[in-house]
Amino acid sequence: MQLSREELLTAYQIMKTIRVFEDRVNSEMATGDIPGAVHLYAGQEASAAGICMLLDNRDQIASTHRGHGHCIAKGCDVPQMMAEIFGKENGLCLGKGGSMHIADLEKGMMGANGIVGGGPPMICGAALSAKLKNTKGVAVAFAGDGAFNQGTTQESLNLASIWKLPVIFAIEDNGFAEATSSEYASAGDIVNRSQAYNIPSEKVDGLNFFDVYSAAQTAINRARNGDGPSLLHIKTERYYGHFSGDADTYRSAEEKKIMRQDKDCLKIFRSKVLGSSLLEESQLNAIDQKVFKLVDHAVDFARGGNEPNPADLTRDVYLKYQD
Amino acid sequence: MAVKSFRQALNEAIRIEMQRDPNVIVFGEDVCGGTGGTGEQDAWGGAFGVTKGLLSEFGSDRIMDTPITESAFVGAAVGAAMTGMRPVTEIMFVDFLGVCFDQIFNQAAKVRYMFGGKATVPMVLRASYGAGASSASQHSQALYPLFTHIPGLKVVVPSNPYDAKGLLISAIRDDDPVIFLEHKMLYDIAGEVPDEAYTVPFGEIGIVREGDDVTLISIGKMVGVCQEAAKSLSSMGIEAAILDLRTTSPLDEDTILEFAEETGRIVIVDEAYPRCGIAADISSIIAEKGFSSLKAPIRKITPKHTPVPYAPSLEKAFLPDTERVVKAVVEIVGDSL
Repeated sequence: MQLSREELLTAYQIMKTIRVFEDRVNSEMATGDIPGAVHLYAGQEASAAGICMLLDNRDQIASTHRGHGHCIAKGCDVPQMMAEIFGKENGLCLGKGGSMHIADLEKGMMGANGIVGGGPPMICGAALSAKLKNTKGVAVAFAGDGAFNQGTTQESLNLASIWKLPVIFAIEDNGFAEATSSEYASAGDIVNRSQAYNIPSEKVDGLNFFDVYSAAQTAINRARNGDGPSLLHIKTERYYGHFSGDADTYRSAEEKKIMRQDKDCLKIFRSKVLGSSLLEESQLNAIDQKVFKLVDHAVDFARGGNEPNPADLTRDVYLKYQD
Repeated sequence: MAVKSFRQALNEAIRIEMQRDPNVIVFGEDVCGGTGGTGEQDAWGGAFGVTKGLLSEFGSDRIMDTPITESAFVGAAVGAAMTGMRPVTEIMFVDFLGVCFDQIFNQAAKVRYMFGGKATVPMVLRASYGAGASSASQHSQALYPLFTHIPGLKVVVPSNPYDAKGLLISAIRDDDPVIFLEHKMLYDIAGEVPDEAYTVPFGEIGIVREGDDVTLISIGKMVGVCQEAAKSLSSMGIEAAILDLRTTSPLDEDTILEFAEETGRIVIVDEAYPRCGIAADISSIIAEKGFSSLKAPIRKITPKHTPVPYAPSLEKAFLPDTERVVKAVVEIVGDSL
């Protein structure tokens, strides 16, 4: 794995954008101006960045209810994302979807999803399209440790395996399905369960961008070469509760303190690239400033947007709506 | 014009569309029905033989058996449709859609809307429906009201071979997700079906019979029941118009209201359960928008609120039949003729 300085800066910028975006969404939630619920991706940035940096627009991803990070990493417009979360007409989905339904198919982002395990079947379909159209594109199903227990995910592992589909199952295991720990709710081991479908599978340190990137590279190459699906079991951390506003009392204060101190994928990335003199601190700080500006602008853009017009209520139910 | 079965008409529709558009693909439960066995690779050609012969013509990249995992392959149809294919997916019995409602209700039906128009889902989901074969409670239901209830889905229920072909071609060419339900007792009925491609549009009722005294509104296999009833009624001096809904979503309200006005008497004959069903829906539309046209109360002929039973005697008691239709019409026409 050889990443250029340029690529390292890009990786950092993606991760930092996600972190600042999510922290800001959390504080904007407190103002009461965001109408719905949000599930924040902070803590898991290395997973989205490490995988999506290796994808291009012909490659599709399906995301989860915790989808902001995947959207940003796949190139969705950040101000339009923020406007969507605020439910505004200038939102990426015209204010129709909100946080859990951000999508941009042109960018290969097939949608966040409000249903746990909703994405993997659809990603099999996207992979089938890529295979039949011979685009050499791949499709990535992001799903959590909770979604891995869903029948839809297990069915999709089976289908992807027998049809040898170019799919990467990226199982982001943050230790909790909502408020229930995977320790309690998941039998066996994700890698073993996946290998039972004859799918090459490996456990990945989701706090280490370089580990994710390297494992994803292998899996994506396998898929592009027509050698079928792979699974990455990405062990990661969820900084906030299940949703913004969740008191998160099912984790001890001590555990959360250690998580923030020692298990921060951004800190780990910084120390790795600075320690090996790949990048200079001033370069990273410059990105930080750029990101803060972008997210400030995103909030201004969202707050300045119009409320959707009630006349658009029935738009896009069908191609042509019949009253 | 050539006489063909309902089954052949459907097969022709799929074949024509697969020839016309390389993005049309077929997958589902036993659509080949033999993949991986030691014998014929398309032994079944679908549970009811509708897709028989397509494998040899189009090959295994265009028509594929799936595992019996409805969520995975219906979801795969949604994803394939969102990314440029036009999948025609088959589920043996509409009853089985219970295991994959999420992919239909929450994904297929809603992605276009939720994404502000950024996605299209040009997929067709075919399934058999209906009672009459002693298939009991889990293989006999007429579940189109469930799908009609969901905004974003279109729902098609043909009653005859000509419509079956034209409606299926319309469905495959449509850019919205379509649920296409075929009554299992209709596959062998024959009718005139042109060889060439043609479409029957959605949201346009088929006027099966004209008549001034009463309008029978019907769908799927119940259209045939109404035709029988109309013959008996005619011999009694009562002329019944028959409307075939053809699609429940979109619904041709205009024609329903027009006939309500012309005949003033409405009997709705439906095989679906009565509560929150199509008959109830149409009844409410007429009550709300055509009340002043009515000369008599609207009558609904549906099964009782009960699962579909197994024993032939019970199944007969479940299904609306000619006798019940005639009786209802006579009651509301009464002495007024």
